[in-house]
Order: sequence, then structure tokens, then C-alpha cells
Amino acid sequence: MTTLLEVRNLVKHFGKVRAVDDVSFTIGEGETFALVGESGCGKSTTGRCLLHLTPPTSGGIWFEGQDVSYMQGPALRQLKQRMQIVFQDPFSSLNPRYSVGRTVGEPLLIHGLCPRKDVPKRVGELLEMVGLRPEYAHRYPHEFSGGQRQRVGIARALALNPRLIVADEPVSALDVSVQAQIINLMVDLQKRLGVAYLFISHNLPVVRHIAQRTAVMYLGKIVESGPTAELFAHPRHPYTQALLSAVPVPDPTRPRNRIPLTGEVPSPRQIPSGCRFHPRCPHVREICRRIEPALEDQGGGCEAACWLLEGNEETIETSFSRDPKGSAGRSRAPLRVAAKRRLTSRLWPSSGPCRSSRRWCLASATA
Amino acid sequence: MPSAVEPIPPTPTPLWRKALGNSLVRAGIILVGLLIVFALLAPVFAPYDRVAYQYPDGLNADGMPLPPSASFPLGTDGLGRDVFIRLLYGSRISLTVGVAAMLAAVAFGVVIGLYAGYYGGWVDVVLMRFTDVMMAIPALLLAMALAGLLNVGRTVAVHLPGLPKPIFEFKLERGLLGILLVIGVVSWTGIARVVRGQVLALKERAFVEAARAIGCSNTRILWRHLLPNVLPAIIVLSAMSTAGTIGLEAGLSYLGLGEPEPAPSWGTMISEGLPYFTVAPWLVLAPGFAIVLAVLGFNLLGQGLQDVLDPYHKGRT
Repeated sequence: MTTLLEVRNLVKHFGKVRAVDDVSFTIGEGETFALVGESGCGKSTTGRCLLHLTPPTSGGIWFEGQDVSYMQGPALRQLKQRMQIVFQDPFSSLNPRYSVGRTVGEPLLIHGLCPRKDVPKRVGELLEMVGLRPEYAHRYPHEFSGGQRQRVGIARALALNPRLIVADEPVSALDVSVQAQIINLMVDLQKRLGVAYLFISHNLPVVRHIAQRTAVMYLGKIVESGPTAELFAHPRHPYTQALLSAVPVPDPTRPRNRIPLTGEVPSPRQIPSGCRFHPRCPHVREICRRIEPALEDQGGGCEAACWLLEGNEETIETSFSRDPKGSAGRSRAPLRVAAKRRLTSRLWPSSGPCRSSRRWCLASATA
Repeated sequence: MPSAVEPIPPTPTPLWRKALGNSLVRAGIILVGLLIVFALLAPVFAPYDRVAYQYPDGLNADGMPLPPSASFPLGTDGLGRDVFIRLLYGSRISLTVGVAAMLAAVAFGVVIGLYAGYYGGWVDVVLMRFTDVMMAIPALLLAMALAGLLNVGRTVAVHLPGLPKPIFEFKLERGLLGILLVIGVVSWTGIARVVRGQVLALKERAFVEAARAIGCSNTRILWRHLLPNVLPAIIVLSAMSTAGTIGLEAGLSYLGLGEPEPAPSWGTMISEGLPYFTVAPWLVLAPGFAIVLAVLGFNLLGQGLQDVLDPYHKGRT
């Protein structure tokens, strides 16, 4: 799989608010990469930075092998043909005074992708592609339901034939039954057009359904990332574990072991020292308060940033003498399964909540 | 291809129908309609040269104005001119100046409001402080000062080097064009403020960001996306500010700063009629009522449209 998008050390500060703080990831051609996390963790800002809807403070963005971090003017417009966005709120993301046809046709006109007289035909094709009747082109957004509006939003994004669509919580404003339709539409379109998605969401079951790889963000940083199946089955980071344990299970007889987190998410104005999760972490140690852990390979293609994990154990000894970020991205030998078991028992000898949560994850992974 | 199973929401009542259902709008339309009909049909009742015609039988034996009668429906004025005919042609002045000044004010106010609201930052600060300064000076006072400037009688011309003729020439003189520009210049501030406020709210909506994402330029977003959404507010403001400009025109011509004699401006008619108020009150009452009805008509229209277009704004409870 060739790399479509590479984000390196992306930083976005709004004054003192560190919304995105050193985020790196890659997205392959035709792949769905999910960013999950609580509200305000910077996942939407990350997506908006990619499209330059807010200029990033620093960091590098490579798209199709080209550095697009500081693009401006015509080059930026060119970029927008290949990278598009679908917004969360289908009610405010469509201009209420534009007919659906005009909304979908506008990108074609702006970029001169087809002659003016062919625009209605192309708009009809696009509407059909997202499951709307071409005759609807003359209607206005208020004549549509939320799900239909979101289809219009997707059609507008598709108009430019993008290679990557940033889907910023595309279904969280919709009814559950409609969510499934929109997700299936997105999966369908991906199969037909080979478009890649950066899927931003806090809805874990949806992410699990659609994404090949997932990254978990907390307070502007990725704390864990990896193949979706592996990440959901074996969450390494205490935050991921807590997040997964909070997913409601539609089966009242199944035992649930939630890992309740104490306190609130700290303000991104005052990010805690050391590991930014330490004030709420049930397994906090002294080092967590002082030094920020870096993402380390945890085997199975997963990376996590936590001092409790074995990959980081040796760093604990050496990190006092060097920048903990210096070890980021260095590959380590994948752990053997036995080693992983040992790790679990060593890290959480009292086992209790963690082991049971893991059991839940495994159970639901096979379910 | 099967489409979503969700039902399509019913098409809401079109706006114009809603507007006509509002009693304020209907009253406003009737009054404004009357004004327009009078202005258009004035030549049907009397030729224009009758405006300044001093009827030989227009004064009584004492040289005083005549009361309303069959031949002079609203009586005559101090010079023996027919008040009804003057009132009729006065509606043309009021309407032309009122509407044209409103258009000038709206054009200026909308541009300033759009740019201040959209760009924010120092653009906003500069434009809005300028607006505040204009607002701080009473409109009539400023209009008087500017109208006084028109009395100078000089010609202002803009020359471009290399061209034999000036590209723009404007003679500072009292007249229709001068007076409507003066009124336009003093009445755009409220419009700019409201438009700016609307743009501030609208630009946070996701469709503006969506427009930016598909590659729209700022100019396109301003004029093609934001302006149509501010339009309802602009329509309301236009109706209301027409009421203001008509009042201002009457005020200026009352003070003798309007279109010069013998133009039958309603304000001029009032000031001319004042000396006769005790013996011939119709000279003041007729144009006075005309002004009240015209201003009332546009205000009702504006208020009604506001109730229709902005259901959250409950002016009256």
C-alpha cells in the first residue's frame, strides 16, 4: 500500500491552547484511518489543519509525496481538489440559500472541471452516486432530512474527485438507523472510487466497523495507534482501555466492567506535566508525572505512549539522560505472545478491572 | 438506485405568502402603494407646470389663502398655488429621494458591514470606529453641515493624467442628486452594524468553512454565500431606513436645505405654511399628514417583514 498522506509532528496552538500537540500519522491509498478521542482532544483540529482550514502552527504534511504544509494560493486550490472534507453538522454545512444542485455544482465551476452546460448532468451523476434522485437538484436543504443532507455533503466532497476525504464526525449528528446508511454509503464509495478517509469520530463501534487503522487521541496527542482489530482487541494504553470499556453494550446480561476515570479532561491551556493522562490514570507512577512517554512499538503493529508498557521499560532507565521524544518512531522487535502475557501480569498484578475489561474486549471482538 | 427511506420534510409556506399574511406588512403595503400610485399618477390629476402656477383666483379679497373647496381640494397657499397639486408632486420628491438615498445607504452599509464582519481584526476595528464616529454625530446635524457645503456652488472634478476630460464631475449645488447623496451618507451606519452582526454569526456556520474547503475565494464567500443569507435583514432594514430617509428629506427641506423653490417638497411646504397656521392650518396639516403616512407606511412594512423573516425576534408581545 502506497502512502497517500503523511503527517509529521503536526502542532496547532490557539494562543495558549495547545489543541494539537505533535501528532504524526500516515494514511495509505484507499485506506480508512480513524482518529478517536473525547470532545476537545484535537481530532477535528487535526483534520482541519490538513485542509488548511486553520493554518498549522508547525509540522509537516506530505500529500502524494509533495510537501503541502505551507501551500498557498493556486497550489492550495489544486490541493483542495484532491483533499476534501465532510462536516459533522448536516444542518449548518449546507448554505440554506443554495439549491442542492448549486451546492454540489459549485466546486465543479470554481475549479473549471467541466463546462458550465455539463454541470447539471455531472451533478445528477454525483447525486445518484450518493443515493439521491437527480431531480432533487432543484430542492433546498430545508426540504431534506439530516441523512439526505449528509449525502449532499458527501456529493459535494466527491465532486472534485478527491483522493482523501476528511470525514469530521460525519454521522454523529444523525439518528442511529441513518448512521448505518451513511457509513455503508461511505464504504461503498470507497470500494468504487478508491478514496481514502480520515475518519474522525468518538463513536467507537462505527470506527471499528469502518476503519482499517485507528489512532486514539488524548489532549492533543496520539496515545495509541494500530490496526483497528488489534487495537480494539488488545488496548495497551490505560486511556484506550477506559475508552473501550465505556462503550455501551446492547446486551444487559453481558457483564460489563467499566474502568471509571476520575476527574475531568484537563484544559488544553494547562496541559499536565509528564504524561498528560497521569492525573486520571488508575496506574499512575512517579515517572508519569515527570516525563512524557513517547510512542513505542508494542507489537501487532500497535504503538502506544505509556511508561507502564514493556517497550518503554528500558526507556525509563535511560530517559533521564536524553529527550524522551528522541526515541519516538524507533522500531522494536515485536513482542512474543508469552511476553505480552507476562507484561500484563507484571503491570497490573491486582488484575481486577483490567483483566476483565480485556476479556470484554476479546468477547466483543469475536461477537 | 434506492434512496434514503427518511421522509422528506414538507415544503414550508413560501415567504411572500407568509409576509402577506402579516397585518403590519399589509398595512405597510397599502400605505406605500398609495404613495407610489400618487407619485406615478400625479400627471393624470394636473400637469407639472401647475405646481408653481399662482392661480389668479387663488387668494381671497384680503390676499389670504383659500380653504379647501371643490376647485381646490386642499385649499391654496400664501401665493395662491393649489396645495393638492403641490402635495401630489411632492410625493415624487419624497419617494425618489427616500428610495435613492436608501439605496445609497444600503450599498455603503452592506459593503462596510460585510467586510468588517468577515475579516475581523484591524479591518473591523477601523471600519467600526469610523461607523461609531458617524453614529455619534446626530444625523440631521451632519446632514445640515453637508447640505450647507452644497451651497458653495463649486464643481468637484476628478482628473486622470493623460485624459482631456475629467472622469467624474459633480457640481456642488442644491438639488435632488445633492440632497439624496447627503442623506445617503448620514444613514448607512445602522445598516453596517446590523450586517456586521449577522456576518459575525454566519461566518461561524460550517457552510462557510465548506465553501473554503472547496476552494472559494474570500470575495466569493462574501458576495455569493454570505450576502444572500444577510438579504432578509437587508430587506427589513431597507424598508425601515426608507422611512428614515423620507423623514430626513422633509426635515432638511423644512430647514430650507432641500431642493430649492419652487420644488414642492413636503418639508418646504410646511415651513412656508407656518406663518399662516392660525388662518390656514391645512397648509401645514396636509403635508404633515403626508409625511406621517409615508414614514408610517415604510415603518410598518419594515416591522412586519422583520416579524415574518425573523421569528425569534419578538418585537411586540
